[in-house]
Amino acid sequence: MRAARHDGNHGAVTPPATTTPRLYRRPDIGLLGGVAAGIAEHLHVRTRVVRLAFIGLAFAAGLGVALYGAYLIVVPSAPYAGRGRFPRWVEYVLALCAAAATVAVTATSVPKSGLLVPIVLAFIGGALIWRQASEPERDRLLEYSRTSLATGPSTLLGRVRLAGGLALVVAGAIIVLVRADFTAFRQGLLAAVVTVIGLALISGPWWMRIMTQLSAERSERIRSQERADLAAQVHDSVLQTLALIRRNASSPREVARLARGQERTLRTLLYGARVASGQLSEELRAAAAEVEDDYAVAIDVVVVGDAPVDDVLAAGVAATREALVNAGKHAQVETISLYAEVEEEQVSMFVKDRGVGFEVDDVADDRQGVRGSIIGRVERHGGTVHVGAVAGSGTEIEIRLPRSRS
Amino acid sequence: MSSRRVVLVDDHAMFRAGVRAELGERVDVVGEAGSVAEAVAVIGARRPEVVLLDVHLPDGGGLAVLEAVRARSPEVRFLALSVSDAAEDVIAIIRAGASGYVTKTISADELADAVDRVAEGDAVFSPRLAGFVLDAFRDAPSAPSAGGSSRPQQVVDPEMDQLTPREREVLRLLARGYAYKEIAAELFISVKTVETHASNVLRKLQLSSRHQLTRWAADRRLLD
Repeated sequence: MRAARHDGNHGAVTPPATTTPRLYRRPDIGLLGGVAAGIAEHLHVRTRVVRLAFIGLAFAAGLGVALYGAYLIVVPSAPYAGRGRFPRWVEYVLALCAAAATVAVTATSVPKSGLLVPIVLAFIGGALIWRQASEPERDRLLEYSRTSLATGPSTLLGRVRLAGGLALVVAGAIIVLVRADFTAFRQGLLAAVVTVIGLALISGPWWMRIMTQLSAERSERIRSQERADLAAQVHDSVLQTLALIRRNASSPREVARLARGQERTLRTLLYGARVASGQLSEELRAAAAEVEDDYAVAIDVVVVGDAPVDDVLAAGVAATREALVNAGKHAQVETISLYAEVEEEQVSMFVKDRGVGFEVDDVADDRQGVRGSIIGRVERHGGTVHVGAVAGSGTEIEIRLPRSRS
Repeated sequence: MSSRRVVLVDDHAMFRAGVRAELGERVDVVGEAGSVAEAVAVIGARRPEVVLLDVHLPDGGGLAVLEAVRARSPEVRFLALSVSDAAEDVIAIIRAGASGYVTKTISADELADAVDRVAEGDAVFSPRLAGFVLDAFRDAPSAPSAGGSSRPQQVVDPEMDQLTPREREVLRLLARGYAYKEIAAELFISVKTVETHASNVLRKLQLSSRHQLTRWAADRRLLD
């Protein structure tokens, strides 16, 4: 019956590679809950020695029984231990009996045990916290207890805890001092306090664990939600676009259009901390995006400064859109440049292409488009339009609008 | 014209192959690298005139390459090439010493021109970069009481933090999509003068009071 660490009794779980060995019960190889076996394993002594020690202590006012009971309650059974000799409920009953016996023995056989019972209860409560706390919490608690002594009163938490501890110690001393003169009232109060503390100790960690698990679960849910959203977006846009591209592989223009639209979507997704809608830059980008989609061109949008869109700027955006459409339709180019700058006095927008170019008066078909929807619209709002050929190649439409003073 | 000796640094082998094929005869690709360590070694061994540098690399990014190489071989010039047009990326790599910044959608001809220009010691501005510079160097309103500006805290210091009217004009045309040649024609100046203006702007961008530009770039990400 020697406690062998690596015998065939291991469950499916192999012994964890812990650096500091922990005390476990070994209900699978022990007699009664495996307390003695566990301690023996931990201390590398024979199980029999431990058992004899317990029996010997049992004669010392029942201390052995009390200790055994406390160990049985407090020490967890080894995770790598197999199933116990008894079914679970038997173990629970045994543990309850042991607890009752422990309390009874200590209460009756130790003289002047009025304080011993609460102390034992408090110890059991603390041990329960320890047991109920999950692994990372245990590390955190350890960290706390280390920092409280090491850093002392330097941190706020440390100071609070130090003050609380001191208060408790002083209170304990006072209670002990006045015990000689205790009355039924004090006794009752003490019992009530002990009960409340015990209840808090027993249920507190459980609440704490539930709360932390809840918040951890919530943040995990948010994260996975975000991942799912991203995956959905990527699926919706990227995969769809790839499918469309494959189907349109024979038409380079269509492929370019699809790719450009997809690029835009992904950019917004990745770099897009979006401007509040109603800003000039946002409206111009939206207009450019529509034209890109409709006419299979790429539009380089550069906006310097920004301003909320009022009636005048709305006309400017509409005129700019017409200029982009005009370039997209007739310039026979793949790229159009759009530059807008917001200054104090005015807003300027430039639409430039390197295409075949046109003269406003030459292109009868476009006269209405350029004259009506660009020049007329802008001039009605007090702005100017200049259509010019860029030296060498292309056309530039320049739209200037005054800024209304607010 | 002898072709320029170029090293490509990008973690996507497919992109490197694409650029190599596109540039074809126009430049002499003497080496490729897919990571910071590889890039530093290849650049040290092959001594290129120009490094085409991806801003985003797995182990530290283009910034790490720039810093490692410039300490040892300051004559190597860098042209940043990226899919990102976030201001913080652009400004950071320029301030670390890159001679220019273009996006990966640039056409092969333009890229080859850009390589030439960088090799000759000039600056390369994409319209986007020109827009960033204009935005970053925007003066505070001369009359503060007007209160019309959306970014009133953009007060800039003199000297390095000030663009001349001519530089501003050149930048505006760059942002409008003009090539250097077109700018020269538009402003009735020589291409060489345009290049000088662009180089001066780049220098100012690299040397102006640091925290402000960097903060501007970071802020812009929130706004843009």
